[in-house]
Amino acid sequence: MDLKLKIWRQENAKAKGRFETYHVTNISPDCSFLEMLDILNESLVDKFEMPIAFEHDCREGICGTCSLYINGRPHGPDAGITVCQMHMRRFKDGSTIVIEPWRARSFPVLRDLMIDRTAFDEIIQAGGYISIATGNAPDAHALPVPKNKADLAMDAAACIGCGACVAACKNASAMLFVSAKVAQLALLPQGRPEAARRVQAMVAKMDELGFGNCTNTYACEAECPKEIKITNIALMNREFFAAKVCSQKEMAGTSGAG
Amino acid sequence: MTRLNSKIPAGPLEDKWNTYKATQNLVNPANKRKIDIIVVGSGLAGAAAAASLGELGFKVKCFTYHDSPRRAHSIAAQGGINAAKNYRNDGDSVYRLFIDTIKGGDYRSREANVYRLAEVSNAIIDQCVAQGVPFAREYGGLLDNRSFGGALVSRTFYARGQTGQQLLLGAYGALSKEIHKGSVTMYNRRDMLDVVVVDGRARGIIVRDNVTGAIERHSAHAVILATGGYGNVFFLSTMAMHSNGSSAWQAYKKGAFFGNPSFTQIHPTCIPVHGEYQSKLTLMSESLRNDGRIWVPAKKEDARKIQKGELKPIDIPEEDRDYYLERKYPAYGNLSPRDISSRAAKERCDAGHGVGSTGLAVYLDFADAIKRLGRNVIEARYGNLFQMYEKIVDDNPYETPMMIFPAVHYTMGGTWVDYELQSTIPGLFVTGEANFSDHGANRLGASALMQGLSDGYFVIPYTVQNYLADQFKVPRFSTELPEFAVAEKEVRDQIDRLLSIKGKRSVDTFHRELGKIMWDYVGMARNKEGLEKALKLIPELRAEFWKDVRVPGKAGELNPELQKATRLADFLELGELMALDALHREESCGGHFREEHQTPDGEALRNDKDFLHVAAWEYKGPDQKPELHKEPLKYEFVEVKQRSYK
Repeated sequence: MDLKLKIWRQENAKAKGRFETYHVTNISPDCSFLEMLDILNESLVDKFEMPIAFEHDCREGICGTCSLYINGRPHGPDAGITVCQMHMRRFKDGSTIVIEPWRARSFPVLRDLMIDRTAFDEIIQAGGYISIATGNAPDAHALPVPKNKADLAMDAAACIGCGACVAACKNASAMLFVSAKVAQLALLPQGRPEAARRVQAMVAKMDELGFGNCTNTYACEAECPKEIKITNIALMNREFFAAKVCSQKEMAGTSGAG
Repeated sequence: MTRLNSKIPAGPLEDKWNTYKATQNLVNPANKRKIDIIVVGSGLAGAAAAASLGELGFKVKCFTYHDSPRRAHSIAAQGGINAAKNYRNDGDSVYRLFIDTIKGGDYRSREANVYRLAEVSNAIIDQCVAQGVPFAREYGGLLDNRSFGGALVSRTFYARGQTGQQLLLGAYGALSKEIHKGSVTMYNRRDMLDVVVVDGRARGIIVRDNVTGAIERHSAHAVILATGGYGNVFFLSTMAMHSNGSSAWQAYKKGAFFGNPSFTQIHPTCIPVHGEYQSKLTLMSESLRNDGRIWVPAKKEDARKIQKGELKPIDIPEEDRDYYLERKYPAYGNLSPRDISSRAAKERCDAGHGVGSTGLAVYLDFADAIKRLGRNVIEARYGNLFQMYEKIVDDNPYETPMMIFPAVHYTMGGTWVDYELQSTIPGLFVTGEANFSDHGANRLGASALMQGLSDGYFVIPYTVQNYLADQFKVPRFSTELPEFAVAEKEVRDQIDRLLSIKGKRSVDTFHRELGKIMWDYVGMARNKEGLEKALKLIPELRAEFWKDVRVPGKAGELNPELQKATRLADFLELGELMALDALHREESCGGHFREEHQTPDGEALRNDKDFLHVAAWEYKGPDQKPELHKEPLKYEFVEVKQRSYK
């Protein structure tokens, strides 16, 4: 396959970016998308040019590191996979492919296609966990969990924190990401004791970090490589309003919850 | 002179860990605040350790090369985590998990360590459930289990095909809680480039900020390495692209002995290699062997026709299929341990029965299971794995068997540690896959997650405290000490040297070449001649690397090629030590198969008289032969037997 690539290049966070055009030839359709970029980078090194910086690690769709915006879609044209799982057979020979980083105010570009997603870590740090110290746990069977709830919690927990939902959203909203964690822990009995505090702290942090609002376009659900459902946002909203009404006192007693 | 003291507590096996905990030294809560601990790595072992130590009140600094601690490669573990809960009432117990792990490791691990691992396994499950890890459950609301290789009981807990992800996110939650509290400070996007030893004790590290290129010094009272395995020395492996052996290698060069470096696990069920451009291999979880049956065509001409595309697997009638694992190992069948299953696949392919266009693949067939259980059940169990397979291979495994082949997956070898997980450098602790300790010569499936979390949650918080009990009087270290300056200078010099070569070959071309040498001569089957060849080829390649590598860009910027180059420089030395260790071990055991040492039916033949020991290698300087120290393995409670899965 021969392809024309238009790739975003930007030397660092402060520099002005631009699209550069590259050509790759003789690409096998069985080659993965990132392997195609490896081949391009090898050719750039051959010319003593700086290779294109892009994020990747596990290359099997689970670490959530890869983050390319391909032809206007996060993780490219296929549903339900990350860009590292995409193969070149998905593209037509001779076509032009446009590759950009995630675009969101809360995810500044570091270099070329690499972005900074520490905002997601900060939201989790604000409360996306169950506050239990090592060694305190009761026997695992002490608390049965209905299978359907456990399954729904697992559906939400499958989020890989890649940020495609933010990149897909015209408002750069992080609601799908935040709601996935809120829902996972709210569905499980272990997570109930601090559910009210958790949802308020995480939402406050999300707002503070400059993520936009949800206007129900469902773009996040459509682009999520793990097919996290928008119903999690509905669940989070319910949790949030219930918490607002019921637990002002509980919130006041906690520290640093935003 | 050997300095190896494994520090195994005296007394009966089942009392050792309790005795240790009851008699260890502790640090008073007020003094814990005065003590700094560095944790390098944020996978299961690192995140669990950093979180648990933070909870105790120590000041922890945690480092990762990722953009977030949630991305460590523990996340990719699929199948499950073992524990001796005996929730199935099928005869499991701590003792049976211990015995299975010792036997699975082909009697090359320490009894006391393995027993402790089995002992704390149950607490891990409790801990993870309390954290909200959504393990698979049955309709009654209680936890489900599945079977894994090398065991006759069902003791593996799982969260669909994403168990590693869910356990890691549990540990990441605990870590995030401590970061929020201020007890742990997180340093993302840092590559550790050296360990700093002051007056014989590990007191800090040198790191590079991979975004700015700044070199930083960090000091602490103790340093914990939880940096994973070094399987990427083979270039193609199931490891993440950036997984590396550099921290372990830096520790080795500063005096930490390296244990059993050649012990590598080749996992039997991976998607086969398909092209020259390939960057990594993808694992298909061992859990698939619960329901999948492995076979090759019994007739060579059928195999040949399949390779040429003239026949399809469904064209082969049942009587012409060789379910070779079920045939050779009837007791364990498709759930035979990984080393045995991998070798059996290689043997069949070498004999001309392999499938796929290269002849280097075998079938993993779900047709029987789909007939028996229905497609829905198979989809619920393995849906994400089937999808992953289909995306990569462009074949539908519900309709045609998967093709699989062995690939490098895990390194049992690693930094030598004693019972306290402390290396031969006082104050330097090593946990998880990075140490050598619990899996002997072959790790059983679903045991890596168990070990990472055992070390992190339940071992290190005790043993580090024991070491630090007299350290609270030592004031915080200044990074202005000359030892830090020297270490930093060495790091800077090496980076400058790499950038100044401006040769003709990219880092990856060297890495691929090293990987090929390692796979051909230090891979699944090894022999004296091949290993000696590797010992000649690797130093030659290393010399060429330092003469001809091309690293573009500058030191003071985000420079992925430079990161790759510093890691490969270490692999080019580590690979040689692996070959040396494999050459020294004149026996076959577990994943280490020396062709000269096999039984008449091709099984690994151990030599307990001469090799019932851990080989711990001591660095002696550049281009010097390292010195071999032997830690004898004393089996006081278990009878050392020939392994049999027949």
